[in-house]
Amino acid sequence: MGRNAAGREIPENIPGFEKVAYFEGAYAHTPLIRREKGSRTLPRLNKLVDSIEVAIEKTGLKDGMTISFHHHFREGDVLVNRILDIIAGLGIKNLTLASSSLTTVHAPLIEHIKKGVIRKIVTSGLRGELADAISHGLMDIPVLIHSHGGRARAVESGQLEIDVAFLGVPSCDLYGNANGFNGKSACGSLGYAIVDARNARKVVMVTDHLTEYPNTPFSIDQDHVDHIVVVDSVGDPGRISVGATRMTQDPRELLIARMAADSIAASGYFEDGFSFQTGSGGAALAVTKFLREKMIDRNIKASFVLGGITSQIVKLHEEGLVKRILDVQSFDLDAIRSIGANRHHTEIDASYYANPLNKGCVVNKLNVVVLSAMEVDIGFNVNVITGSDGVIRGASGGHSDTAIGSGLSVIVAPLVRGRTSTIVDSVTTVITPGESVDVLVTDHGIAVNPRRPGVAESLKAARLPIYTIEELKAKAEHLTGTPEPIRFGRKIVGLVEYRDGTIVDVIREVE
Amino acid sequence: MKTLRRTMLYVPGNRAAMVKDAHIYRPDTLMFDLEDGVPYPEKDSARMLVYYALRTIEYGDVETAVRINGLDTPYGRDDIEAIVRAKPDLIRIPKTDSADSVREVEQIIEEVERKIGLAVGTIKLFAAIETPLGVMNAPEIARASARLVGIALGAEDLVTNLGTTRSEDGIELLYARSRILFAARAAGIHAIDTVYSDVCNDEGFIAETRLIKQLGFDGKSVVQPHQIDMAHKIFTPTVEEVRNAERTLTALHAAEERGSGVIALDGKMIDKPMVTRARRILELALASGVEANKELL
Repeated sequence: MGRNAAGREIPENIPGFEKVAYFEGAYAHTPLIRREKGSRTLPRLNKLVDSIEVAIEKTGLKDGMTISFHHHFREGDVLVNRILDIIAGLGIKNLTLASSSLTTVHAPLIEHIKKGVIRKIVTSGLRGELADAISHGLMDIPVLIHSHGGRARAVESGQLEIDVAFLGVPSCDLYGNANGFNGKSACGSLGYAIVDARNARKVVMVTDHLTEYPNTPFSIDQDHVDHIVVVDSVGDPGRISVGATRMTQDPRELLIARMAADSIAASGYFEDGFSFQTGSGGAALAVTKFLREKMIDRNIKASFVLGGITSQIVKLHEEGLVKRILDVQSFDLDAIRSIGANRHHTEIDASYYANPLNKGCVVNKLNVVVLSAMEVDIGFNVNVITGSDGVIRGASGGHSDTAIGSGLSVIVAPLVRGRTSTIVDSVTTVITPGESVDVLVTDHGIAVNPRRPGVAESLKAARLPIYTIEELKAKAEHLTGTPEPIRFGRKIVGLVEYRDGTIVDVIREVE
Repeated sequence: MKTLRRTMLYVPGNRAAMVKDAHIYRPDTLMFDLEDGVPYPEKDSARMLVYYALRTIEYGDVETAVRINGLDTPYGRDDIEAIVRAKPDLIRIPKTDSADSVREVEQIIEEVERKIGLAVGTIKLFAAIETPLGVMNAPEIARASARLVGIALGAEDLVTNLGTTRSEDGIELLYARSRILFAARAAGIHAIDTVYSDVCNDEGFIAETRLIKQLGFDGKSVVQPHQIDMAHKIFTPTVEEVRNAERTLTALHAAEERGSGVIALDGKMIDKPMVTRARRILELALASGVEANKELL
């Protein structure tokens, strides 16, 4: 057991992991390795196979291998469950499931874990019954939680070797050229899938819309594709904007969003040509609405908006307020329409987005990011993965990537959630270390990280309600009191990997 | 006592999550509702909740009011007994038909104030006028008590009683609004307009708030936090208005220093109403975050 740079106790030996590298600081660790492109099988003229079963057989999938999926359909995903059912039926066991993220629809995986089909999970997030079961000790090997940039790094560097990638794509031709904006199940950007397609040993495209050759413009090209299967449906795009990407009407979230926009406008970063990103979650997404008013008032245009793209952003682009959109993931139907229609709405892959060890990821060019939080502690560390009961119910996503990459990271959260304070002495789980967090905006006031005195001065000058984070915590506890600490067991159920591959925290079993 | 009541935000008294910190939306007045917004089975628990909230939570410089149940219900007297002990700034009386109904409430408040050793007259009153009879009696109601700091129009019941419905331009409320405003002004107290209940229609809310401001109302009851900023913006004076008000008040102070009773600005006489208007503009400016010289007040 040792303590890492985020002040968290991390054991040295963890089952299922060869070596644990301690988090040493956002840019302290640089295991810079890029894998050469491996040799390819001889080109085949016909990549189309009759069924998923046949595709699995042709990939040579065996016990103990690693399979991957993308999460562009979010709550509308159907392929993960379907393909795992088929794999289980074929008697294959002990797999590592490396999905870019998992949501509430993946509860059926519990059975596959119990039966030994899945032995290890690598993902950005977990929600619902699956997350609950894992928090209660379902798995022998801890889940590895990565950031979106961290996953791209792990895949490209060979740390995470994907044997077979199963990629649901809304349109694909007979030779494997695919995009996400045509077809009945259009999901927009295929940013996460692209990284897997480029790096997996075998790539199976699953589509419900087979097009004429060549399917241009393509996001995934034929050079990377081994097999193609046609199914009735690859996912329900209508359920992409369910949950974390909805637009809020809640007055409290709107108040927080307005205050966050005021903070951004006063921060010194709000000038013509600035760039921004808003994370998922009601208040974060709503910031766009208030930024728009300020952009019009001050005649400011954004050079680009990054990230999970919503209809709000598309509207700004179509109004001329945002010059370019860089889209790693489309959050709603408007964004999906726009990525196919707008010349300057560009799809990017997860590595281009946030891989800390490539030659330049776009989060480094980001001026402002607005992110949600479940908990923030007085060291400004942020938890977006475990709830106040210690149970996993969220996702790391691009949180730590954008927080460190951007010039100004703004965290938005209600001061009190349910009956507990959002601000705590020490977060249940660190996802984003406090060194990369600049401003916390709550419904009761704003706290600026003491590392950013200049930002604090600018916000005070704009007469915004600035407090120390300790003062905000005291305000919350005046309302809620101090809760009993959560009781955790000894067993480690999750490892939180920082974007550079080091371990920033562990998640323990809930008693 | 507050001089600005641009917005009075209704907060259902049975909703702990809202009661605990509704002041974050910065209305001029928070109005915890024990009456129509609270279902019968929750009347007692809402009263307890609001009582403890007022005694525990620091609402800052936001004025606090409690809308009690009428004395013709089984809850009205208990509401007064509890709420006076929690010491809000105001108690708002619902469905006020006559000056007597104000006095009845006042009498019970006074009893409780004496019982608990609170200075008589501490708790101020607001009366909501929501019936044709109340509108006809508005002048008497407005002068019924020294505690009364304002009267408010409640339109939902009123339009039903009138045999009509609320329209977009509000023509059906013109008489009631005018009469209530005149009654309030004659008594030297505030006049607050009714809620705009189509909460999704921001354009409608803005148009109605502009109308009642032009009529002379001091503010509006609101049901949704997001209406607060819209209302405050409408009541925010322009920079030019603020500068003129500052010049008027500077001239006033200069005249006072000279010991002169005659105030002149740009060769024109300044009369008392101009000074009153200038003060109000300055207060509105300061409350709205518009830069203004506080010293002149």
